[in-house]
Amino acid sequence: MDKSYNSVMNRKNEIMKKSVGVDYSKYEVEGLAFDYEKMMEDAGYNLEQVRELQLETGVGNTPLVELKNINALIKKLSPKGKGARIFIKDEEKNPSGSYKDRRASVSAHRAKEMGYKGIMAATSGNYGAAVASQAAKKGLRAIIVQECQDSRGIGQPEILEKARACEAYGAEVVQITVGPELFYYFLMLLEETDYFNASLYTPFAIAGVETLGWEIAHQTREMTGKFPDAVISTHAGGGITTGTARGLLKAGAKNTKVIGASVDLRGLHMASDIDFNKKSFTTGHTGFGIPFAVYPDRSDVPRNAARVLRYMDRYLLVTQGEVFYMTEALANLEGMQRGPAGNTSLTAAFALAQEMDEDQVIVVNETEYTGAGKLPSAQLTFAKENGVEVKKGDPKENEPGKKIVIPEHPSQINYMEFEIEDMKKSYVKQLLKRDKKEKFTQKELEFIAEDTRSTVKEIKNIINEFK
Amino acid sequence: MTAKKGDWVQIHFVALEPGERAEHLPEETKKVPLEIRIKGFLEDEKANIGDTVKIKTNVGRIVEGTLKEINPIYEHNFGKPIPELLQIGNNLWEILEEGENNG
Repeated sequence: MDKSYNSVMNRKNEIMKKSVGVDYSKYEVEGLAFDYEKMMEDAGYNLEQVRELQLETGVGNTPLVELKNINALIKKLSPKGKGARIFIKDEEKNPSGSYKDRRASVSAHRAKEMGYKGIMAATSGNYGAAVASQAAKKGLRAIIVQECQDSRGIGQPEILEKARACEAYGAEVVQITVGPELFYYFLMLLEETDYFNASLYTPFAIAGVETLGWEIAHQTREMTGKFPDAVISTHAGGGITTGTARGLLKAGAKNTKVIGASVDLRGLHMASDIDFNKKSFTTGHTGFGIPFAVYPDRSDVPRNAARVLRYMDRYLLVTQGEVFYMTEALANLEGMQRGPAGNTSLTAAFALAQEMDEDQVIVVNETEYTGAGKLPSAQLTFAKENGVEVKKGDPKENEPGKKIVIPEHPSQINYMEFEIEDMKKSYVKQLLKRDKKEKFTQKELEFIAEDTRSTVKEIKNIINEFK
Repeated sequence: MTAKKGDWVQIHFVALEPGERAEHLPEETKKVPLEIRIKGFLEDEKANIGDTVKIKTNVGRIVEGTLKEINPIYEHNFGKPIPELLQIGNNLWEILEEGENNG
């Protein structure tokens, strides 16, 4: 078979269909419209089934912990009557050390059920370890494909650590230099091996996260007598936010605000060989967070099941230095060494809590394991070696890729609001630009409205703005 | 250094030359090849660094490339102590232990 870039990419749809086992054409409605809920129902598993299969492999049922000392600090910094309490879902307790086990567990279960011999995932993050770990539990082989090194051969420490973890679980790790063509090699491997593609964006992967939202709703009610007022997740590809929100709704927590938070890395190009090792966060940042929110179907499956604009009430940005600061705070004040990427949402929660009423409750929906390569000390040592300035000061001086500013005082931690309205506009703009759409049918307009939690009238207004 | 059959090694190869890469890449990415590194057990009886060799990966795939490292080390570590972070814990405890709440 032809192995040139273009011919492999042209075989994408048939390779994907075979490797995911979902016939996406069944859910197509008209043009860009498709039936999202039907896809989630048919292709996924219901919450009960997911809970059961996760329990079998030790996934989920993680503790919800009140951050009492951090909450006392919040009270100190807040005006009278303000200072919501933060609880954190200690997802580090999952078998491979992150909530990603929830996503991997359903895919591994599915792959086993369908008779695949192995599973594959394209990921530089915790998901690789999760897939490798779940594959081991199911007796499946695993290949993890990472974007890892720059052209100098220098690997991002956090990604090198993930490679080590995957190898510890017995997986093959393929390490590729910077560039979106990783996907090309991934497709060739799927063709070669006939393995299951444990994409992060299938209905299975999202169904796996619904249990997280469901557990949070129930645990919070048990501990505080009510559902959380807000749940904050570290937003990148959209899976954790989408799945958590769906789980909260399934548990009846209809009034809980769903908030996404990302590290602000705007200005760094995600496909740049130079910018690659100027980042101290390999995920949870705007480089994934914005593009995936406004054009979810950019993912590796025809229809992405992670669609955050359906659920997200607010989107908050924080800086790398602020997240490192909160990572230290979590270790020193709560005895929990976690993160750092997973602490992005904690950082936003810390600032937000100071504006919310003192009887309100915020849940930070994840922690992740830490260690060599991932610690603030490892990441900042690497940053300094790669010409990034690290200094104490006002986080407002932050410049992605150039300057990491560690706050001097916790009162300097703040978030920047990224307006959801602007994301909706970008969503429409992407359709006009990428899909070269000029006219939309009524069904398409209704779909866009549903996909962005808007009205058809609002969508029409946005379209007219761009004309 | 010489590796023998069955040794755990890392190979390297170019998957796409600069001219074969995707369109719309930043210049700095476009001008370099897409390179791949994979580890596995050496299939050849004997080989030196720089030789073209075959390996068997953890899933049993046979892959060919240039022998790069024998028994490759995990080099990522915990980093150096970061002066900008070292006092955060103490500062926070001081704030918590001093005076009354605001307002």
